[in-house]
Amino acid sequence: MSELTVPAQAGAPAAESGLMVQAEQVHKSFGHLEVLKGIDLEVRSGEVCCLLGPSGSGKSTFLRCINHLEKINAGSIRVDGELIGYREHGGKLHELRQKEVAAQRRSIGMVFQRFNLFPHMTALENVIEAPVRVKREAKVAARERAESLLARVGLGDKMGNYPGQLSGGQQQRVAIARALAMQPKLMLFDEPTSALDPELVGEVLDVMKDLARDGMTMIVVTHEIGFAREVGDRLVFMDGGVVVEQGNPREVIANPVHDRTKAFLAKVL
Amino acid sequence: MASEEVTTVRARPEPIKAVPVRHPGRWILVAVLAVLAAMFVHVLVTNKAFNWSFMVDKMFRPPIIEGLLRGTVLMTVLAMLIGVVLGVLVAIMRLSDNPILRGVGWLYTWFFRAVPRLVLLAVFGNIGILWSRIEFGVPFDTQLGQLFGIDNLQLRLFGFSSRDIITGFMAGLLGLALSEAAYMAEIVRAGIQSVDGGQTEAAQALGMSRGQLLRRVVLPQAMRVIIPPTGNETIAMLKDTSLLLYVPVTVELFFQLDAVGKRTFQIFPMYVAACLWYLFLTSILLVGQHYLERHFGKGYGPTAQARDRLRTMAAQQGGGGAQ
Repeated sequence: MSELTVPAQAGAPAAESGLMVQAEQVHKSFGHLEVLKGIDLEVRSGEVCCLLGPSGSGKSTFLRCINHLEKINAGSIRVDGELIGYREHGGKLHELRQKEVAAQRRSIGMVFQRFNLFPHMTALENVIEAPVRVKREAKVAARERAESLLARVGLGDKMGNYPGQLSGGQQQRVAIARALAMQPKLMLFDEPTSALDPELVGEVLDVMKDLARDGMTMIVVTHEIGFAREVGDRLVFMDGGVVVEQGNPREVIANPVHDRTKAFLAKVL
Repeated sequence: MASEEVTTVRARPEPIKAVPVRHPGRWILVAVLAVLAAMFVHVLVTNKAFNWSFMVDKMFRPPIIEGLLRGTVLMTVLAMLIGVVLGVLVAIMRLSDNPILRGVGWLYTWFFRAVPRLVLLAVFGNIGILWSRIEFGVPFDTQLGQLFGIDNLQLRLFGFSSRDIITGFMAGLLGLALSEAAYMAEIVRAGIQSVDGGQTEAAQALGMSRGQLLRRVVLPQAMRVIIPPTGNETIAMLKDTSLLLYVPVTVELFFQLDAVGKRTFQIFPMYVAACLWYLFLTSILLVGQHYLERHFGKGYGPTAQARDRLRTMAAQQGGGGAQ
């Protein structure tokens, strides 16, 4: 039943409009604190969009709204034409049931700052878990794909290791493989390299570059200006809960228009 | 370079030979304890009220062994099994999004933790006073019938004679298991809450349902926190089976020892026998608990953490040494 809701949704699928994510006037408050003050953002299919900004600017919160880990207070978010978290029916919005929200999340992969691997499962078990339990795939097929995914992120020899036996960079690469195992159409990265020792950042960024080359649609919250410049198709600078400036990463980084962007880039470059 | 040469040239100093610190207090303590121990043994040996031969003669009699196996050991196992299963359910209710389930869970733990176990057992033991038959059906059926002018309306679906199902054993089991579930619920809840919130988020982001993330991700990690206090609860439960005297459950260790004591006017020897039996049984459980904790603490204790750090370092250096 939940399978049916995915293709049956109205709205233009990415194939026609070319838009994977459409966010309109997204507002989000925690108590009295308004963290997002009307975010408008469109991400095309196959695009790599980097969210940049000082801490507290709302970029992680916005990312978490896209797969409904946070409920938005106003506005709308569509992924591949499908409204996230709600159903429009008779001119009214209806909250989706937990099951339906879970079904929407299946096609959106997420990678966390603190990896959040399941510590009681090996790397391979971490990757197999969701395809087998959530998508009900056959174990043999899921295992084969998990093995090739782990090999792709350079961990073919660490499949039997528990997360506690892996370095931060290795854990994050397993986490990327775990998200990819669900064959998502969109990948969200929430500061994927911020918790890593400096010498381990490169190996994670390499996997992400590889993914971008393969045409994956990616939204990346990051402080890695170099990555944004090299891999990003678009750079979005956020501050104080609004999008301050966006455009081609090379141009924005070289010639920021807005004062706040200038001030931020001056500090991090 | 230069410093390396210096260290190789200089001879290794002699190992330190120092006079250790003296602890005269420890010797005084040993002397005092020795005197106290001698006094204790003196009482045990010389006081005729202990009547050791009588005690040894009675404490292995068949009714007492039967009481030990059924009323103490079997009761502990059954009460803990029901208590753990029900406790997990109540804990999940208390952490549910559903406010009604949360309320019911809270009410349950409040009631069964607020009433002392001994009182609870006395109540369950005398529940037959309330009903001679236990029946299930529409509540207030007769009263509702009167409202609509029907005399003596009975809407009962099924029922039993309370003597058939609420035997002493069943009443005791119910009392102990229901009260245990309330304590287990708190332990399980603490265990679930000890699991990092990022785990739930990661599972949700993969599209797992609430049931799947509890079963596959959260509960396995919560076990490490849940197991040690559950061992303590089992030991406490074994001792609390002695409270069944007040239900009463007759096929039970303490009931039997107490009865022998009262019948023969040799109360004290039988109470000593009870102490020895409970010491013996709980000691077995303590050994079991030790191994259980060692098993479930795997990969988490201080030594294991150090081992993990070493493995991580080896992994970072690209060494294949990490197992």
